Amino acid sequence: MQLSVAQGAGAVRVSPILQVRGLTKRFGPLEVLKGIDFAVAPQELVFVIGPSGSGKSTLLRCCNRLEDADSGSILLDGVELMDPKCDLNAMRRRIGMVFQSFNLYPHLTVLGNVTLAMRKVLGKSRREADEIGLAALDRVGLADKAAAYPAALSGGQQQRVAIARALCLNPKVMLFDEPTSALDPELVGSVLAVMRDLREAGMTMVVVSHEMRFAREAADRIVFMEAGCIVEEGPPEQIFSAPANARTRAFVAEIAR
Amino acid sequence: MELLRQQFFNIDVMVQAWPLILRGLGMTALLCLAVIPLGLLGGLAVAVASLSRSRLLRWTAKGFIDLFRALPPLVVLILLYSGLPFAGLRLTPFAAVCLAFLLNSSCFYGEIYRAGIESVGRGQWEAARSTGLSAAQTFTSVILPQAVRNVVPDLVSNTVEVVKLTSIASVVSFTEMLYAADMARSVTFNTSPIVLAAAIYLVILWPAVRLMSRFEHRVAA
Ligand SMILES: Nc1ncnc2c1ncn2[C@@H]1O[C@H](COP(=O)(O)OP(=O)(O)O)[C@@H](O)[C@H]1O
Ligand SMILES: [Mg+2]
Repeated sequence: MQLSVAQGAGAVRVSPILQVRGLTKRFGPLEVLKGIDFAVAPQELVFVIGPSGSGKSTLLRCCNRLEDADSGSILLDGVELMDPKCDLNAMRRRIGMVFQSFNLYPHLTVLGNVTLAMRKVLGKSRREADEIGLAALDRVGLADKAAAYPAALSGGQQQRVAIARALCLNPKVMLFDEPTSALDPELVGSVLAVMRDLREAGMTMVVVSHEMRFAREAADRIVFMEAGCIVEEGPPEQIFSAPANARTRAFVAEIAR
Repeated sequence: MELLRQQFFNIDVMVQAWPLILRGLGMTALLCLAVIPLGLLGGLAVAVASLSRSRLLRWTAKGFIDLFRALPPLVVLILLYSGLPFAGLRLTPFAAVCLAFLLNSSCFYGEIYRAGIESVGRGQWEAARSTGLSAAQTFTSVILPQAVRNVVPDLVSNTVEVVKLTSIASVVSFTEMLYAADMARSVTFNTSPIVLAAAIYLVILWPAVRLMSRFEHRVAA
């Protein structure tokens, strides 16, 4: 399948790096995803917005199978993640995930946090892993904190370490689930700055967030979800200024206040 | 007063019993070196089984834990040592004690580990899995180190119990410290060897007990 991506002047047609089709998920009687179709092109930054409980987190978590969807298809770079024979551990390191609550390992140093998967999963030597880890920490502006423990860092710094931890594995796409929601307002900027850098560097990103200013300036596309469905999607100008759907309009008006 | 000293704090008798008790202490130490690691490893296995996805494993672990938490360890030991020969299996005293302790302390260590593992947030598991770590790698590199750290005071306190409990090995004539002291007592008709053994237990375990109450105060603070 092809889709068009607004990039610079002209729209280019490329095949998506992540493609979700007909994804459904229920928790007991609760239908959380009701057949989601969703594609992300290489280097695209897609913003997912929607009311609390609409299934945004569940969608992201299904994309790397932290949550098992009930039916549907998830293709990452042409590989079907829903295939029972799929090597999930190999696929998961191609998908970086950043959590609202950072989830750094408190018993490891910052460098230990970012190098663990490289050593255990990629089998890199400690020296090689440290080198890559330090470079990733440098990218998020925290190389000087390599020897610190997470507890000694601010929330914003912890989240940047979490981003570095995902970056080290060279993911094809990064998923952000409310990366700044747990932060004090004055720390949000530093995390968004890192995400902006990633975007400039061409990282493909799916971001669930309420940072609408950031969405306006950085997103290629906004996806509005409600009650387990994608209601509307389009470029930021359209979603924020001229939404076609009444519910999108109501939601956008609500968060603009 | 003099009688009391003669009977309980008789230095001559203690000196006389010393070599025997020292050998007993060596055997107690040997026993601890065997049963503590056995309990720590067995406990880990029990904890993993009791948290497993497989219902069969979970229920087996639950049954095992219930059974051996309820059975007095002395009963288990005597059953193993004197009962098993009737089933055609004769264990040496050392083997019987090790097996009894494995069964008994695995449950207690297991429950401690389980509490520790459950105290580690789900987010840790998810973060590790999302970077491609397998379930086993996540458990050993991320979950277990934090779990153990969270329950060190309980592990220490249970280990103190295990060390004290090694004295039950005397009932199957394993010459650990209490057995040695009691032998000296029956030869000398004097209680001083037992007092000496008690003093040795106290000296060895007192630091651990202090450590435990330090932990308790830190939790309370
Ligand atoms: N593990 C779970 N068990 C049961 N219900 C869940 C679970 N995770 C999420 N839900 C429910 O699914 C719905 C969607 O949740 P979520 O995807 O977190 O929404 P959002 O991220 O958009 O706020 C909510 O009603 C939530 O309560
Ligand atoms: Mg959410």
